[in-house]
Amino acid sequence: MQPTSRAFKENAQRALGDANLQKALGMMRTGFPAKRAAVVARLPEFDALREQGKAIKDHVLANLDLYLEIFEQNVVARGGQVHWCRTPQEARETVLAICRRLDAKTVTKGKSMIGEEIALNDYLEQNGVTPVETDLGEYIIQIRKERPSHIIVPAMHLVKEQIADSFRQTHKDLDPARPLGEASTLVAEARTVLRKRFFAAEVGITGANFCVAETGSTVIVTNEGNGDLTQSLTKAHIVMASLEKLVPTLEDLSTLLRLLARSATGQEFSTYTTLSTGPRRPDDTDGPAEYHVVFLDNGRSAVIGTEFQDMLRCIRCGACMNHCPVYGVVGGHAYGWVYPGPMGAVLTPTLIGVDEAGHLPNASTFCGRCESVCPMKIPLPRMMRHWREREFQRKLSPPPHRYALRAWAFVAARPPLYRFATTLMSRVLGWVGAPRGRFRSLPLAGGWTRGRDLPAPQGRSFMSLWAERRKRSA
Amino acid sequence: MSAPPIRVGLFVTCLVDFFRPSVGFAAVKLLEAAGCAVEVPPTQTCCGQPAYNSGDKADAKAIARQVIDAFEAFDYVVAPSGSCGGMIRQHYLALFADEPALHRRAQHLAERTYELISFLTDVLKLDRVEARYDGVATYHDSCSGLRELGVKEQPRKLLRSVAGLRLEELPGAEICCGFGGTFCIKYPAISDRMVADKAADIAATGADTLLAGDMGCLLNMAGKLTRLGKKVRVRHVAEVLAGMAGETPPIGAAAERS
Repeated sequence: MQPTSRAFKENAQRALGDANLQKALGMMRTGFPAKRAAVVARLPEFDALREQGKAIKDHVLANLDLYLEIFEQNVVARGGQVHWCRTPQEARETVLAICRRLDAKTVTKGKSMIGEEIALNDYLEQNGVTPVETDLGEYIIQIRKERPSHIIVPAMHLVKEQIADSFRQTHKDLDPARPLGEASTLVAEARTVLRKRFFAAEVGITGANFCVAETGSTVIVTNEGNGDLTQSLTKAHIVMASLEKLVPTLEDLSTLLRLLARSATGQEFSTYTTLSTGPRRPDDTDGPAEYHVVFLDNGRSAVIGTEFQDMLRCIRCGACMNHCPVYGVVGGHAYGWVYPGPMGAVLTPTLIGVDEAGHLPNASTFCGRCESVCPMKIPLPRMMRHWREREFQRKLSPPPHRYALRAWAFVAARPPLYRFATTLMSRVLGWVGAPRGRFRSLPLAGGWTRGRDLPAPQGRSFMSLWAERRKRSA
Repeated sequence: MSAPPIRVGLFVTCLVDFFRPSVGFAAVKLLEAAGCAVEVPPTQTCCGQPAYNSGDKADAKAIARQVIDAFEAFDYVVAPSGSCGGMIRQHYLALFADEPALHRRAQHLAERTYELISFLTDVLKLDRVEARYDGVATYHDSCSGLRELGVKEQPRKLLRSVAGLRLEELPGAEICCGFGGTFCIKYPAISDRMVADKAADIAATGADTLLAGDMGCLLNMAGKLTRLGKKVRVRHVAEVLAGMAGETPPIGAAAERS
């Protein structure tokens, strides 16, 4: 997928003027944080659980080679196969090769952000395989030819009227009289269409919320049950995974599951938690004949040992974006690639380069709300700052900002000069601004004063007044 | 014989120095009333945060060294800002992580640096002030003070002791106002929308006064409220706690003509 992260500002501008998006974001801003807060308040040990979760992931990252090997051994021991893919292209080709071998015309898909990362749908379509998204949100954006705007609520940017319109345009045999005004009627309509597709598919592709090394299991959590049908009705189940998903044991899994749903949707547990361990066994009543885990690296292993390593603890709950005031007004598409919000601001530059995604770590007020809710205690603002350091070193930030910063820093490091300049400027601005107490516009402050006034200085700097006071009392 | 007074170095902050010296004098009054001897080192300028958050570590370090030099001799360093307080308390340590000698000095400074209101309540154990303010006030929790320094209850506790003042809680008080230092310059349209939402929340409380503990957020919120024509008086919490609100017009308001 071609990133548009370079155009973050323009994307954001468009988002700010999109009435439907703003309505959808308004509901998200109040809904998710309140639900999370309520469910966390009912679990006094939540913070201790976060520490445990963090420790589990740190341990995995410190012993990654070991757990990757154990995971593969256990997948193979149960009749499955692990495909190690360095690049998105390798991962796409691996998936296509399995589809071709099984002569698959249709694949059903559960939600997979790795699938988005490698733009799997486009690739399959170009190669004659029809992907059908079965997660309701993913299905909606697939028929609208859009990208997810949120990692757990892909169609977060839409209001239900837009979804009803899309269904009426796409579902040709939909009775025009059928009401689609409510979420429940929309779900029923999507079910009707998707049910047929589940039976037609030869291959089912899902993501993985976790990969359990000791059993070789992959785990998905959903609220729709679509993932279960995707993987159990088809000839082959392909799981798209990455380093972040690995946990040592089932015990560790249970710790992380207790954190995930609470952080993500404010549920104590998701409706469905499905562990898949190998293909169908002889005495199983159903299940796929083949079980494949496609493990994508895409630059992640190179992050180990750098200042961005903590990012690999991420369990993709979306709490950071649910609580981000910037995401909350611009939505996910503005970020211009697969992963939006604070986690995207850190992860995207590692995956597509900071040249491409340089805006993302800058578009944060460092309010710290993301870090305060992150179940894995990932220091997101600190890592965004690390990206800014790299951008500054490589002179990637806009030259006017850089020069202004250097000029300011030059003065700020010379107290007498600083004193002279600030005393003079506060005098001038204070005098000019005194009649109204504020400025409606001011040269070089157009960005600020377009939508708000700039309060005028009182007129004398503190330091000059303090010096006078000291003189008087001396 | 009484104990010698606590020597406090006041870190004025660049925004208070430039925009609103009355906040600095309110801080001095509160500290002196609580028995501190306040000094204002003349070599202070800024804490270095604009450079630090822009990825310019070299300049951030130069300015941070200047702060360490100016303030390390005091018993305590106090700033009427959670943002600058957080910078000195937490981020100087990260800046000098690879320079042991400076890291030790930064550590020493960090341990004795406080945001003004939490210094009054947590260190000086102040639980009330002698002040009067007639009005209904709402309070915005500035992000750095709240999340880096744990400033939440402290200002509310002292505000409850102000005669005539009723505190009306602000829904979403912990959500960023959109100032974000250089953020409001780099992304003004996003910043403006964030502060528009904040202004709507403030207006919905019906409070006639908005208080907070950080000049940046206050300039941002006051500027939006006046642009929208809202009659909300915006002040730094220290001005009200020091009983000095009568001495100067609210932020963004003109002096009343006599």
